[in-house]
Amino acid sequence: MPSAELVTDAPSRGGRLPPAEAGYPGGGDGGGGLIGDPARFGLWLFLATLSMLFVGLTSAYLVRRESGDWLPLRPPGVLWVNTAILLASSVTLEAARRRLAAWDLSGTRRFLGGTGLLGAGFVAGQALAWRELVDRGFYLASNPHNSFFYVLTGLHVLHLVSGLIWYCAVHYRLRRLAIAPGDDGLRLFATYWHFLGGLWLYLLLLLFVI
Amino acid sequence: MAESAATAHDAHAHEQSFISKYVFSMDHKVIGVQYYVTAMLMAVIAGLLAMMIRLQVAFPAGDFSLLGSILPAGYSSGVMNPEFYAMLFTMHGTIMVFFVLSTAPVSGFGNLLIPLQVGARDMAFPFLNMLSYWTFLPGCAVILASFFVESGAAAAGWTAYPPLSALKNAVPGSGMGQTLWIVGMTFFIASFTMGGLNFLTTILNMRTKGLSMMRMPLTLWAMFLVAILGLLSFPALVAGCILLLFDRHLGTSFYLPSGLIMTNVPLVDASGASLTSGGSPLLWQHLFWFLGHPEVYILMLPALGFTSDLISCFSRRPIFGHKSMVGAMVAISGLSFIVWGHHMFQSGMSPYLSMAFVVGTMLIAVPSAVKVFNWLATLWRARIQFRTPMLWAMGVVSLFISGGLSGIWLGQSAVDIPLHDTYFVVAHFHLIMAGAALFGVFGATAFWFPKMFGRTMNESLGKVHFWLTFLAYYGTFFPMHYIGIAGHMRRIYDPTQYGFLQHLQGFNHFITYSALILGASQIVFFVNFFWSAFKGPKASPNPWNATGLEWTTPSPPGHGNWPGEIPEVHRWPYDYSPPDAEADFVMQTDPAPVGERARSAPA
Repeated sequence: MPSAELVTDAPSRGGRLPPAEAGYPGGGDGGGGLIGDPARFGLWLFLATLSMLFVGLTSAYLVRRESGDWLPLRPPGVLWVNTAILLASSVTLEAARRRLAAWDLSGTRRFLGGTGLLGAGFVAGQALAWRELVDRGFYLASNPHNSFFYVLTGLHVLHLVSGLIWYCAVHYRLRRLAIAPGDDGLRLFATYWHFLGGLWLYLLLLLFVI
Repeated sequence: MAESAATAHDAHAHEQSFISKYVFSMDHKVIGVQYYVTAMLMAVIAGLLAMMIRLQVAFPAGDFSLLGSILPAGYSSGVMNPEFYAMLFTMHGTIMVFFVLSTAPVSGFGNLLIPLQVGARDMAFPFLNMLSYWTFLPGCAVILASFFVESGAAAAGWTAYPPLSALKNAVPGSGMGQTLWIVGMTFFIASFTMGGLNFLTTILNMRTKGLSMMRMPLTLWAMFLVAILGLLSFPALVAGCILLLFDRHLGTSFYLPSGLIMTNVPLVDASGASLTSGGSPLLWQHLFWFLGHPEVYILMLPALGFTSDLISCFSRRPIFGHKSMVGAMVAISGLSFIVWGHHMFQSGMSPYLSMAFVVGTMLIAVPSAVKVFNWLATLWRARIQFRTPMLWAMGVVSLFISGGLSGIWLGQSAVDIPLHDTYFVVAHFHLIMAGAALFGVFGATAFWFPKMFGRTMNESLGKVHFWLTFLAYYGTFFPMHYIGIAGHMRRIYDPTQYGFLQHLQGFNHFITYSALILGASQIVFFVNFFWSAFKGPKASPNPWNATGLEWTTPSPPGHGNWPGEIPEVHRWPYDYSPPDAEADFVMQTDPAPVGERARSAPA
């Protein structure tokens, strides 16, 4: 193992200054950090913001549904396959994290690769779902339920694609072994990725069950 | 600015190029100044739009050939086009609310002050911070670019109500201008979200040793609450804007009901079926105001925080009722999420629902009154130092009272329904929201100028600027209460077309003259600002004898904020005139118990 390549600085930690000096909770009891890791805390804040976006759209959905021109949309069958794929990608991601904790790097790469492939598969599957709807004549503007389906799934996939870009960065770091115990980059990414999985289940529930 | 920010005390000296130091800087102080200066330039533009609005309302038949020659699209043979008038008030409102009064106090002073007041070397995410400014700037460019597209800028009001904003051909401003409005707002919201993440993470995680939440200055509390408000409310507007874009460009009907008729032509396709169906314009209003009401507190809270700190400093007394001040700001922030309906009493909502919104709105009067009481109690029998920042702070108190009282009127649905969309509303929100925020920014500018540029502003010019602005501000907006009650609608192009408004035209003249004086007075500020930034007298680390952490480091603070160790905090920031101390203030970092009474926590 090329241990010389191990990089132990934490690039997300606000740059040039060592954490203790920058007044982190480790450097003084201060009022104390509510959550020790600022990056993790920031990510949770971002997820709260993202949740509010979908809360706003949910309220719009529930209000708009009450009008007379609403025709319920039958979900394309491929959605269930996509759901399974996305959930599986979360499972492989967790498996990769366990392998990494055991310092089994090849196993980590294998499972992480699985997450990437499954994630890309989900995006392709969503494209198939839209394709199927278009073939059936369910266009964006032909019915409000269609419109919401495209808007909500589109926004979700947009965030998933940005997740895949993040995935590439994580993967690259892992290949270069630019990781350190406790700062392997996987934890934050996993939080985001699992959030998107949960969001997808919520959207399915909203669009086709409630 | 370039010379004055030079870092003689740079503890972490590494040579940086001009570009990385002042343009793509990750230093929170530079970013704060970038935000501030950009916002002030936007204020000049939006202020000039307001001057044109006022000239039109007072002199609708006037000949403005000179303006017409500068703006050929807006005037035909010296007379303003009605469509252009709608663009003016739309863009004035949008730019002022978002790109000036949200940006200058929050993004400007928030970035400048948060790390200095929490005792951190920089923000939690400096790169994100830089990205936030460089997302904001394109937003400004896009929103201004809409004046240069063929159909003109957005014209549906700053609230962008559909169907005006959702149908591309409704009025000229509904075309490309409205699209640019949405895109510009998206840039702004993305930038504000990045800032909010930074604010909250920094305040919660990076406070220096000893700085508990209850030892934070009220300015910091305000920034903390503003960041929460922004993060939770702006996404609703993003959701609304996404649906609006789909309605505009992709033919959906989220907001568009069926049977719309545009300039006598029904909106139908070849077979006679309505192109739009089933949507609800009110849906947009709900999404917009779910942001819109918290947004007014995003503007106001920093001003309330500045005011508390300034009043305490220049009264040389601890702020009265410190805990209740914090509690009041928390209460105002919480309530701001459940009162958006009071902007929509006219929308035909159920009286039971409007009653709920009335009660919520009235509740806001309680913490607001607590704040005013505490300010007055702090001032009561104090030996007040009438320095420029203090004048602005007292101006905020004045505007907060006069604008707040009319808020109690407008918060009642029974009173609001006749007053809705009149100049009474214009008077109300300009006094409380715009005025208080603006005065707060001016006060903060004079007070924290040493931390921006290492120099102090000129007191005489500052006082001249204050008194001109204060008098002209009331001269502009106070008479609007009267003409509003008399029935003068807002946003009208030519009041002389209405018989029942004829007798009010004298007021309109007076208001316009006041507004022109108000606009011209700002020249004093800009002269003072730029002269002082480059040539003003050099400031000591603590020119006001204030107590906060930011006054323990040189003016301007170098890169990394403190030359040596980050100071520890041992007390709250309001230890002014303790009876048993020699000086009339004790710094937050002073470790020694003062005489017998060691005050480790606020009483």
